[in-house]
Amino acid sequence: MNSFLPWVILLTPLSSAVVITLFTLRWKAISSLISVAAVLVSFACSCLIFARPGIAAAEFTWINIGGALRVPLGFTLDQLSKTMLLVVTGVGATIHIYSLGYMRDDEGKSRYFAALSLFMFAMLGIVLANNFVMLFIFWELVGFTSYVLIGHWFFRDAAAAAANKAFITTRIGDFGFMIGILMIWMATGSIVFSEVTPRMPALASHPTFVTITALLIFCGAVGKSAQFPLHVWLPDAMEGPTPISALIHAATMVAAGVYMLVRVAFVIQASQTALLVVAWIGTITAAMAALIATQQNDIKRILAYSTLSQLGYMVMAVGLASNDAAMFHLFTHAFFKALLFLAAGSIIVMLHHEQNIWKMGGLSRRLPITFATFAVGALALIGCPPFSGFFSKDAILALAYERNMPIFIVGLFTAFLTAFYVVRLLVIVFFGDTRSEAARQSKESPPVMTGPLIVLAILAALGGFGFFARNFLALPIEKEGAFVVPVLAFGALIVGSGLAIAIYRNRANEPIDIEVLRHKFYFDEFYARLITWTQELLARVSAFFDRWIIDTGAVDGSSRGTWAIGALLRLVQVGNLQAYVFLFGLGVIAVIYFAVFR
Amino acid sequence: MITLGDYLIVSGILFVIGFAGVMLRRNLIIILMSLELMLNAANLSLVAFSRFRVDSNGLPNYNAQVFVFFIITVAAAEVAVGLAILVALYRARQTTDVKDISSLKF
Repeated sequence: MNSFLPWVILLTPLSSAVVITLFTLRWKAISSLISVAAVLVSFACSCLIFARPGIAAAEFTWINIGGALRVPLGFTLDQLSKTMLLVVTGVGATIHIYSLGYMRDDEGKSRYFAALSLFMFAMLGIVLANNFVMLFIFWELVGFTSYVLIGHWFFRDAAAAAANKAFITTRIGDFGFMIGILMIWMATGSIVFSEVTPRMPALASHPTFVTITALLIFCGAVGKSAQFPLHVWLPDAMEGPTPISALIHAATMVAAGVYMLVRVAFVIQASQTALLVVAWIGTITAAMAALIATQQNDIKRILAYSTLSQLGYMVMAVGLASNDAAMFHLFTHAFFKALLFLAAGSIIVMLHHEQNIWKMGGLSRRLPITFATFAVGALALIGCPPFSGFFSKDAILALAYERNMPIFIVGLFTAFLTAFYVVRLLVIVFFGDTRSEAARQSKESPPVMTGPLIVLAILAALGGFGFFARNFLALPIEKEGAFVVPVLAFGALIVGSGLAIAIYRNRANEPIDIEVLRHKFYFDEFYARLITWTQELLARVSAFFDRWIIDTGAVDGSSRGTWAIGALLRLVQVGNLQAYVFLFGLGVIAVIYFAVFR
Repeated sequence: MITLGDYLIVSGILFVIGFAGVMLRRNLIIILMSLELMLNAANLSLVAFSRFRVDSNGLPNYNAQVFVFFIITVAAAEVAVGLAILVALYRARQTTDVKDISSLKF
């Protein structure tokens, strides 16, 4: 029985999605309850698995091609995946419940909950997979559900475009991921994690091959975790419903890239070059996204950029060869970022889908619970000492301090920026005067929405403490020199928040205007140009090929060739009967000669 | 003793005479006659082969002789068609000279 517990976790959300899609699309209330029940079952089973060590899952062989390619359907159940299971099902459960309130009057409620259940299935598949092929399939499946859910309000052009953008951009990374998996299979002859691990040292004599493989696999994480330069889809993905932004685009799916990197760390860590590239990509993403976030006006976009930035921190930690620090930050981030998004969703709903922070203001009095929980999340995000974010961010910064000074400096600068833009957001949204009619008439959300907020706020506040962290993870023991790090980080925090309060207190509009940050470093414009340019080039090349090779060469060429041969042959038609006879005779003689005498 | 070779030589001479006639003579009637000569050269060689290929019970191989009958039949039909074309041509052009019939050319 125990060995089927992981299967129950995985398949309950799938059956929920199937039942909703096939039978209960018309009855919205039943659909939503089925979905919530499914995720609660998964959560309960995850708790059981976590509490009882030594549960092994039943394994089936799915594909077996003469022993050369064996793809099992099996599960990895180690500390890492068990903890991740808890986070995914736990955060997932709170967000399912929150969705009951947020999507109460939505036309496509059944569709929404079906997709949400399907997402849970896919995400749990990623967490549990014990081989690359299974991982990749579920990886694509979360990409698909993300597409469906971003485009939930598909009748809005922006949402449909954002869904396409997210899907296509992540496909670019996934293509690299797939090639990386194939290279692993080619080199080691297996795609099961536990079988590949012992065979990696044998590849040490081909450092270039290992580096390329590691970077190709990292490509998948770059796409899914929205790292520079494929980060452009994540801010646009905020067109989806807010619980989706919280669950998929903040807490779980985008973190799947980091989880995958940790899961296949034996590949990444086999190459120092790859590690360095990973670390710097993470650092660049963290700093760049934080810079952009300081000049955005949409509450969800600010949070999206801060997600990018925090994911950058996690990837940085992976690049610094510390999986535990990365996972620690992933866990705390899942709690406080889901919290921030849900609180933002609460504000957005109560202000009738107003997302511009300059139209809010003074909301601390109108939405007290939302304000309190949002503040907890914000403090955790900027790494204020008693809250969870402090511990995890500190672990990463201490690591950088120890191993790579330039990365530490950029990381510290990012921490300063984080404090700046988060406090800016807090000051503008919750303090000062109310700046719109909707904000003046707003009131607190219903308990079905504030309940999950409170649960997540407790987790975000306490998630960093030792019993939480050290029970699940083996964190690096803090060095003596690392005492400087928390002090510096706290200094950056104070300076950043102070600056933000000084600049934005009692303002009604943006006092600073930095064009390049407002336009997100012109990435979208650059990609638009790049794609236009490549498309133009491709079109020109194809037009050339079509016009000259196909039309002129093949089509006209065959007609002209026929004509030319005909023109040559008609010279033979002299009109003299006896000349024909003569040629015919010559031909017969030639045939006889070749047939008999050769 | 007349051997197979003698027959074949006569047949070859007949064929060459016929071929030369087709190539060199101008009058279409003569050309038609020369064609017949070539056919009969072939017939002669076939009959000679038949006569000289005797199997174990002393009978010649009749296949070639049957074949010759067919050739004679076909030749008769061909002459009928050829002469008919000739008559039609003469009615249209008042000539049977092959030099004058050269409009089918480039």
